[in-house]
Amino acid sequence: MGLAKPGVYFWQGNEACAEAAILAGCRFFAGYPITPATEIAEHMARRLPQVGGVVLQMEDELASIGAVIGASWAGAKAMTATSGPGFSLMQESIGYAFMTETPCVIVDVQRAGPSTGQATKCGQGDVMQSRWGTHGDYSAIVLSPNSVQEMFTQTIRAFNLAEKYRTPVILLSDEVVAHMREKVVVPPLEELEIINRRKPKPGDKAFFGFEEVPPMPSIGEGFNVAVTGSTHDEYGIRFTADPLVHRRLVERLNGKIQNHVDEIADMESYSVEDCDVGLVAYGCTSRALYDVVGGAKAKGVTVGYVRLRTLWPFPEKAIKKLAEATDKILVPEMNLRQIFYEVQRAAEGKAKVIPINKIGGGELITPEELLSKILEEAGKSG
Amino acid sequence: MAETFSVKKYLRDLKLPFCPGCGAFTVMDAFLRAVYELGYEDLSKFVFCSGIGCSSWIPSPYFVADSIHTLHGRSIPVATGVKLMRPDINVVVFGGDGDIVGIGLSHFIHAARRNLDVLVIMVNNMVYGMTGGQVAPTTPFGAKTTTTPYGSFEYPLDAAKLAVTAGANYVARWTTAHRNKMKEAIKKALMLKGFRFIEAVSQCPTAFGRRVGFKNALEMVRWLKENSIPLEQAEKLNEEDLTTKIVVGEFVQRQRPTLTETVSSKIKEAQKNGQN
Repeated sequence: MGLAKPGVYFWQGNEACAEAAILAGCRFFAGYPITPATEIAEHMARRLPQVGGVVLQMEDELASIGAVIGASWAGAKAMTATSGPGFSLMQESIGYAFMTETPCVIVDVQRAGPSTGQATKCGQGDVMQSRWGTHGDYSAIVLSPNSVQEMFTQTIRAFNLAEKYRTPVILLSDEVVAHMREKVVVPPLEELEIINRRKPKPGDKAFFGFEEVPPMPSIGEGFNVAVTGSTHDEYGIRFTADPLVHRRLVERLNGKIQNHVDEIADMESYSVEDCDVGLVAYGCTSRALYDVVGGAKAKGVTVGYVRLRTLWPFPEKAIKKLAEATDKILVPEMNLRQIFYEVQRAAEGKAKVIPINKIGGGELITPEELLSKILEEAGKSG
Repeated sequence: MAETFSVKKYLRDLKLPFCPGCGAFTVMDAFLRAVYELGYEDLSKFVFCSGIGCSSWIPSPYFVADSIHTLHGRSIPVATGVKLMRPDINVVVFGGDGDIVGIGLSHFIHAARRNLDVLVIMVNNMVYGMTGGQVAPTTPFGAKTTTTPYGSFEYPLDAAKLAVTAGANYVARWTTAHRNKMKEAIKKALMLKGFRFIEAVSQCPTAFGRRVGFKNALEMVRWLKENSIPLEQAEKLNEEDLTTKIVVGEFVQRQRPTLTETVSSKIKEAQKNGQN
């Protein structure tokens, strides 16, 4: 079988991610086995060669992302998939991909950490790592799916953003979304938006600046491209001491993401302009949002929510708007407060931001627990 | 050949970063001469991957070529991705002993095991030179470095032997005192397939030589020459007699199927079966 044909499928989240990657044009995958992301590697290993792509199981996650970066410079769309411990190992290379403007997709299927933690159980503890995990001044693009359908659509979007902005993009999934099975609609190929990196014209020499997102040659095309993770000028030549070259490069790299928050940040909003209690949630935890709206309504409480599809860059404007419309914002997360502080910062004191946290055993924050907290905060409990 | 060889033909017009007397000049010269003598007018059929360390600067950005200067220790993984997606291009990795068999050792072993089609040229100066002369996995037993001020208490790694055991198609070791042999080994390696490894034992007068009693680079090169012993002779000696020797020569040459060959046949198979 070639590409997934348009139609309705019953897929596992990880399977949807792999099929979407292939449709997005991914032709190289390198990875290392890790629960709960392994099915992506297994599915890619079977499917990618059928469309002429290469899958290689590497000796560790350091090598996996290294090979992905090499494949990207060889002209391929490339991806790796891992979970917390492997994601930690990849951080240095994520910084390298950012610094060298290498498009690639890294899937982190979150499990309960720190360390080996509870390897088979869900968690949302990598939110801040996905933003700040690598060293130095860095901006991340991080997407957060909350259904199998979104494992599909957001994987394609991850490749599109990586190619458009020439930067690594992280698909921050979690064990629940990655392992559940749901209906997935695969639209006809012509309806999928697929973005490919902008290539240089013959004679071009500046592949690392002058434009916000410079054109990217591949190796072997005669451009004599010099790629380095050290500070470099617009032509790729190292400048390891010049303050101006460093400023120019690192400010542009951050700017090309931060200046486009409105385009990159994506969310699902409900009743944000008129609500008694606001909610901000993402990933598996956000699936409870759909259940609590009706229950709250029955008790006379209007719930509004912002469900984040993009975690980074953080959509400050949308959160501020929600804070202006309500007095209280609840932030349920399967960690010990991560996005909570971002919401608090973006709310600028206009609403009280209240954390709801639960970790361990992969236990979700149930709709009942969430509803009871909403009613309590709205003064309607009991 | 009518014209005479000049390294300038292959180099960007930039000042080279190496200290006076550095062995990297010799290795760079040997490589470019090999390329020239094989008839390559330019480096357009090559891509160079290197890591962090002085010798990783040999290709990057000085060669007029595609070069990827990667993180410390990760040149071989990056080269793996490059080669698998562009099997038609010669992938050459340059790196130091710290880069290739220190922080990057696991990748070195696995690339040899896979028989990945790359040529790895490891400049072994027995020390971490760029950071000022710390002990390396290749530092001779007893040698003083900045982090072993009382002498190293560890045994050095034999990278060439390791590459043979791991499955490389071609392995040779020469020193900067054997310029011609080194060049010929590079030429041979460039004409072979699979994982090819050349260890170029080299001198670092700045961060190593002066701490272990050498006055200058020339003394170090003489020492390399006098302490080298051909593989054929070394085989007759016992291990103890060899502890202070540098065994030079060709360690292996064989034709195991290469990674790109096996991967491409598997892809063809999958595509054929996938259509049924």
